[in-house]
Amino acid sequence: MNVAGLYNYWIVILLMMTGFYVVISSGNLVKKIIGLNLFQASVFILYISMGKVMNGAVPILREGVTTYSNPLPHVLILTAIVVGVATTALGLALVVRIREAYGSVEEDDIHRQDESL
Amino acid sequence: MISAQLPALQVVVPLLAAPLCLVLHRPFAAWLLTFVVSGISLLVSVALLGQILEQGVIDYTFGGWAAPFGIAYHIDFANAYVLLIVTAISTVVSIFARRSVASEIEAHSQGLFYTAWLLCLTGLLGITITGDAFNLFVFLEISSLSSYVLIAMGNDRKALTAAYQYLIMGTIGATFILIGIGLLYMLTGTLNMLDMAQRLIAVADSRTARTGFAFLTVGLGLKIALFPLHLWLPNAYAYAPSAVSAFLAATATKVAVYVLLRFMFSVFGIDFALGAMPLSTMLVVLGSVAVLSASTVAIFQHNLKRMLAYSSIAQIGYLVLGVSLATPAGLTATLLHLFNHALMKGALFLALGCIAWRLGSVRLGDLGGLGYRMPWTMGVFVIGGLSLIGLPLTAGFISKWYLVLAAVERGWWPVVLVIIAGSLLAVIYVWRVIETAYLGKTKEAVSGTEAPLSMLVPAWLLAIANLYFGMHTELSAGIASQAAMVLFGGQP
Repeated sequence: MNVAGLYNYWIVILLMMTGFYVVISSGNLVKKIIGLNLFQASVFILYISMGKVMNGAVPILREGVTTYSNPLPHVLILTAIVVGVATTALGLALVVRIREAYGSVEEDDIHRQDESL
Repeated sequence: MISAQLPALQVVVPLLAAPLCLVLHRPFAAWLLTFVVSGISLLVSVALLGQILEQGVIDYTFGGWAAPFGIAYHIDFANAYVLLIVTAISTVVSIFARRSVASEIEAHSQGLFYTAWLLCLTGLLGITITGDAFNLFVFLEISSLSSYVLIAMGNDRKALTAAYQYLIMGTIGATFILIGIGLLYMLTGTLNMLDMAQRLIAVADSRTARTGFAFLTVGLGLKIALFPLHLWLPNAYAYAPSAVSAFLAATATKVAVYVLLRFMFSVFGIDFALGAMPLSTMLVVLGSVAVLSASTVAIFQHNLKRMLAYSSIAQIGYLVLGVSLATPAGLTATLLHLFNHALMKGALFLALGCIAWRLGSVRLGDLGGLGYRMPWTMGVFVIGGLSLIGLPLTAGFISKWYLVLAAVERGWWPVVLVIIAGSLLAVIYVWRVIETAYLGKTKEAVSGTEAPLSMLVPAWLLAIANLYFGMHTELSAGIASQAAMVLFGGQP
């Protein structure tokens, strides 16, 4: 197997697992959102790297160029990035509201307060 | 003229109404707009179903760009049926929402509430109607983001943590779906589902196809709240505003189930999804565990909204069992249960909404003697509960009957036992409520009895629908079996 030639996928997997681990392991609500961002960023790279065509040029119509890279995945991922930004904004807004209501952004703390009710 | 543009109008009308709702801002105006737009969407989906009955399928291309390149809407029996469920529930629940929301949400954020409602409706309709895989992801996120907002508007502070938890799990699910769609695009070079299905045939036996399928299934499993991935659901439904619980419980997971069916049957094809991949075995195990465990947990809940939420997870189990049978009869049962479950859970959550409006609580201990103080509300609960159990003459009986027949046809007797055991467990948790309401002691003398008519009428509409579709199955079962045929035909 061509390990070095697939390095973009290795980066994707590494980033994805790092982000996923942060989401699962961290008890801090803000850090969870950061982990989620990392997780999503890995998918952005997956999409961006799949658009590359071997020996393909920048996808702008020019004379003398016959092979272009595929611009569609880039356009798609632009939409997904916007979605990611919206998710982050909403997540952080929720964290602010949670801090106002509970006085904490630590999962254990919040859990303890809810049980005592 | 306008009849040719119906597929676009189905999504565009609520989408444009959402910002208008934000501008109107005044609670009554925003509510009226939401109700009218839901009603228009319902009329559009009925008209679409009429067109489908006449001509079979509708292909709609945006901006005149032909199918594999432009974004295309592809409507057949399966999604016309789901569109009808979503718009009908949104219309009925929005009638209910005015008084319920007025009592649960502060006046200055009600305009925002209805904006989020319309966006959620847009997302759900878009997911259902589109024939483009990436478009589906975008609509999925529109509906998810707005449903996080809707849930966070509940007046308990636990609503915030429930919405946060749902946001984390929902985003992971949506990202999994995005990865799945990306892998399929790598393999086929197309995003149009029909085109994808044709190109997948040649390359189905590859690791990329199998990985893509796995990512899509797990991501959708999260959205569906399939058994081990259901943890976000109980709190989200329990602490959301009453109208939101009713709306989401009756529509959101149903739409996600539809997407799973669409990918399994129309894109990957049944031979790959349930033959080459061991999904059938997995679904039958997970579905059975979901039915038994969630029904058991529901028995021990004191918060009734939470009880119904666990019951919803159990109902998802029934839906999945129908799929796992891999026969047209099983799929018909699943699609029929989609419809009937929307009716029964809608009715039950609306009844709880009336109780919450009057008592300010939905805890079992506060319900003593309620059957005599709020006879109409409890009437809805009883009908909905009987339908949930699956008593004859209710809608719930029809779908369970179809499901049992389909399981018997395959000779899967353990599945039949699971379905019956699930119904018996449902008897226990519904009976607890009925016993308290009719035989329990009234705690204190409370003045004022029934909920207002604007809340009772929609609740009764759904309750009567439960009875009607329990006795007249031509419409619901007829369309469900047509839809199952379409999905089974491979090409929608």
